[in-house]
Amino acid sequence: MPEFLTELLNNHAWLMVAIKVLGVFAVVMPMVAYSVVAERRISAFIQDRVGPSRVGVPWTKIRLLGVGQPLADGLESFLKEDFTPGHVKRVFYWMAPAVSMIPSFVVFAVIPFGSMLGMQKMVIADLNVGILFTFGIVSLGVYGVVLAGYASNSKYPFLGGIRSSAQMISYEIAMGMAVVPVFMLAADPTWREGLTVEWKEYLDGTGLLNLSSVVAYQSDSLFSWLVFKQPIAFFIFLIAIFAETNRLPFDLPESETELVAGYNTEYSSMRFALFFMGEYAAMIAGSALMVVLFCGGWTLPIEGFNTPAQSLGMGVLHILVFIGKIAVFLGLMIWVRWMLPRFRYDQLMNIGWKRFLPVSLANIILTAIVLWAIA
Amino acid sequence: MKVERAKLSWLERLYIPSILNGFKVTMRHFFSWKRSGVYADKQSDFAAKTTMQYPEEKWPVPTGYRGAPYLVKDVDDNTKCVSCQLCEFVCPPKAIRITPPGQSGEVDREGAEKMPKEFEINMLRCIYCGFCQEVCPEEAIFLLKDYAITGESREELIYDKEKLLSLGGADERAYDHHVQDGVDEGIKKWEKKTEDAKNQPAFH
Repeated sequence: MPEFLTELLNNHAWLMVAIKVLGVFAVVMPMVAYSVVAERRISAFIQDRVGPSRVGVPWTKIRLLGVGQPLADGLESFLKEDFTPGHVKRVFYWMAPAVSMIPSFVVFAVIPFGSMLGMQKMVIADLNVGILFTFGIVSLGVYGVVLAGYASNSKYPFLGGIRSSAQMISYEIAMGMAVVPVFMLAADPTWREGLTVEWKEYLDGTGLLNLSSVVAYQSDSLFSWLVFKQPIAFFIFLIAIFAETNRLPFDLPESETELVAGYNTEYSSMRFALFFMGEYAAMIAGSALMVVLFCGGWTLPIEGFNTPAQSLGMGVLHILVFIGKIAVFLGLMIWVRWMLPRFRYDQLMNIGWKRFLPVSLANIILTAIVLWAIA
Repeated sequence: MKVERAKLSWLERLYIPSILNGFKVTMRHFFSWKRSGVYADKQSDFAAKTTMQYPEEKWPVPTGYRGAPYLVKDVDDNTKCVSCQLCEFVCPPKAIRITPPGQSGEVDREGAEKMPKEFEINMLRCIYCGFCQEVCPEEAIFLLKDYAITGESREELIYDKEKLLSLGGADERAYDHHVQDGVDEGIKKWEKKTEDAKNQPAFH
């Protein structure tokens, strides 16, 4: 790297952060776009259809299995009339799509999406309260939906907004409780003693709630992944993520068959696309969280993949491993959507409050007992 | 009214077995490369899917389908239409316009009595009712198989004599289209109509 660049980056720490933010954005946006294509193709295949297979390279006959579809969709959204109905509450109506999209992107700030690239840790904000920050931001996600429902000033969006507020708040509790045992294991200060020099250097100065620390905890073998140590917590967390991202079988805020399109009924053009992107970004963020908390983050239990990268190439590979793991979860989320019917509202509440909350609480106690017995 | 609900067992209430079953079913469909019976006679890359890749694949048009009306030629490649204008008169949306040859009555071959100077069908007006085919004494106009009539302007969709004749082609096409499979007895529209008329109860 040229001298002046190094100096510039050393003197202005924010520059590096800005580069990372742009980098994450540049990776997440195409992922959003292509998860939409994946959704449409997978749904089509499950239903014995073909799905969008035509849009390839513009102005040629090359189709490339429809990979050009996001471009066409994006262009379409931009060219459509941005219609604002007369009866909406304008300020909130304009705010809502942004409010629903921003939290799903902000979650990426604390997620360690790779080990090192050069001298840089591959996490935008290496917060010691990483997981708490995440929950804080994830809870903000409900505002976009509620605001959209309220601002639309019509029945169906309003019902959608109300449903989402109840649903997302209920499942946040179960989600938060499910994560507690994870940190009962990972935030135990003793295991860090046994780490290698590279890990110790990497984790230098980080607290025990830091997400990189959770990744380090799961790095040494496949069975140290928390999905195997805490299967109940993982199961509850997974389902809570479904509910938080409004995916089937928990898509009650949208539920096309009952509420037209739920909270985004009154939206069109790019504003609708923002909701759409927000939903998929939230899916990716949720998958990233699951990968970090339960599936070993960017590590793999293979030599070279279980310690922070020493070279640039390894650093890139770690990021690719992370993206690959996210893709697996995205595939699962898409698959489940085309498999299960929607829950009834009372069933949804029953599952959230009467099943998952007690089970996650019991899981905490169980974990505590086991830890106490081992100690 | 009280709806009797089936009592679910403990395992069933966990939903997990049925969810796993759902995974199995969706997976089977995802990887199902078996042909669907709907378009069994078509071979294509997407052989397993029910979706028809429209512009490349087309559905088989059934015999007797009423598509766009075209003029047909006889076996010697001559225009059959004699410009009697019955179709023009019978056409409910007035889609057909015939310009008769007038007093000079020019014809392009020997033995022909009369033929239209111009014959236009406005495909935007046509309602595919088939009256023109019914009424034609010369068996010169038939509703053939074409159903996707497209164009970029209104003018383009007014088909003239030349176009109608070239689209209609020789007599065989109409013949094949309207005669049920394999029974080779010609169209013989008027013979059949006479038979039908004879079989009807007489009015006195």
